[in-house]
Amino acid sequence: MKPRPFDYLRPDTIEETVALLAEYGEDARVLAGGQSLVPMLNLRLIEADALIDISQIAALDVISDRGDKIEIGAAVTQNRLLAWPQLAEKLPLLAAALPHVGHFQARNRGTVCGSIAHADPSSELPLALALLGGEIVLKSKRGERVLAAQDFHKDMLTTARAGDELITSVRFPAGKGAGVAFREVARRHGDFAIIAVAAVAEDKHVRLGVGGMAGRPLVRRIAMNEAVAAIAAWADELEGYEDLHASAAMRRDLFRNLAPRVVEEAIRCAV
Amino acid sequence: MRSLKKDERVRIGVTLNGRKVAAEAEPRMLLSDFLRHALGATGTHVGCEHGICGACTVLIDGVATRSCLTLAVQVEGREVKTVESLAGANGALNPLQQAFRDNHALQCGFCTPGILMSFTDYLARNPHPSEAEIRDVLNGHLCRCTGYAGIVKAVKQVAKG
Repeated sequence: MKPRPFDYLRPDTIEETVALLAEYGEDARVLAGGQSLVPMLNLRLIEADALIDISQIAALDVISDRGDKIEIGAAVTQNRLLAWPQLAEKLPLLAAALPHVGHFQARNRGTVCGSIAHADPSSELPLALALLGGEIVLKSKRGERVLAAQDFHKDMLTTARAGDELITSVRFPAGKGAGVAFREVARRHGDFAIIAVAAVAEDKHVRLGVGGMAGRPLVRRIAMNEAVAAIAAWADELEGYEDLHASAAMRRDLFRNLAPRVVEEAIRCAV
Repeated sequence: MRSLKKDERVRIGVTLNGRKVAAEAEPRMLLSDFLRHALGATGTHVGCEHGICGACTVLIDGVATRSCLTLAVQVEGREVKTVESLAGANGALNPLQQAFRDNHALQCGFCTPGILMSFTDYLARNPHPSEAEIRDVLNGHLCRCTGYAGIVKAVKQVAKG
């Protein structure tokens, strides 16, 4: 199908973008890679009065190493981050998670920030951001604010972004050691995950995160020596949800079986 | 800043397969339709129109992209390459195309233009991929007749050479 008509605006700077967003507000959609937005427009699941295309703003196409944080601009594509030479050292969890994001062709255009803005509950990058305790930088004419991942991602496809705000970048905490693991279950590689599980090994604890079990990624810190029991207890608490791909009970079972392996892998990699 | 109203038709100039061309489009026109209907480059096929099937994959500034998820206005002034760019003079097949032919990597050919363009990009980045890497890239395409084995074989043949 084809999208309904919309105005097309391609600002050259962040300032112009923010001014346009102040004018259009929620009637406009920000177009970066378009790998989620354009399918939804084509299928007429959504419509927009205007598209504001930020994909060619050079100031947003930047990966910057700020020591304890890696900041990724809103026009940086997933494949560009995947090809960043320091990725495995600085953001090992992203190095493990990014190959699961869509397909090669979608990652060529799809952006890191766009995936986080889209806030699909089972998608990989929001889970990685939540697990690492990252931040989202939002800019509007009213000023700039920085939100923690857990305050940003509210529910399924719902975030704390106001209609006049532009996500200019996301910040991932850098290099917390190599003890990370990421696995997901999908019908085929590159499909939306049914559930995704990620873990970061700390000193005597493991931070464990799961996507596809609720409207947003869930994160819990568990003791390393009681991991199996903690996972089983958490699996019993989780409600899950049912969709075309899996029942809530199947999701819980997948988590129960997958999470211990992911935790074990993270601990093994840490040593 | 580029600013276009909903129903405004403007002339979009692109470099298509090395030649400067231009045609009219309104903002909502997809690149896939622009190529086929406005520029007459019908080698690019359109399947699902939501980024799953991969038939419409083209190169934009050398990067494999779904043309159904790209607007015509987004490629203004940029370089687009389609399957028509691959064969040499007098229609001589390039090595990738020849390998597809040699290995029965196509039957109806509907999905083939997109697959060729994906691997044109990928092999330029990684000339000697493993079978797992080939299959990973092929994951972004749907073929309903060959069952993929011939396609993997064809790409392996080129990757070796």
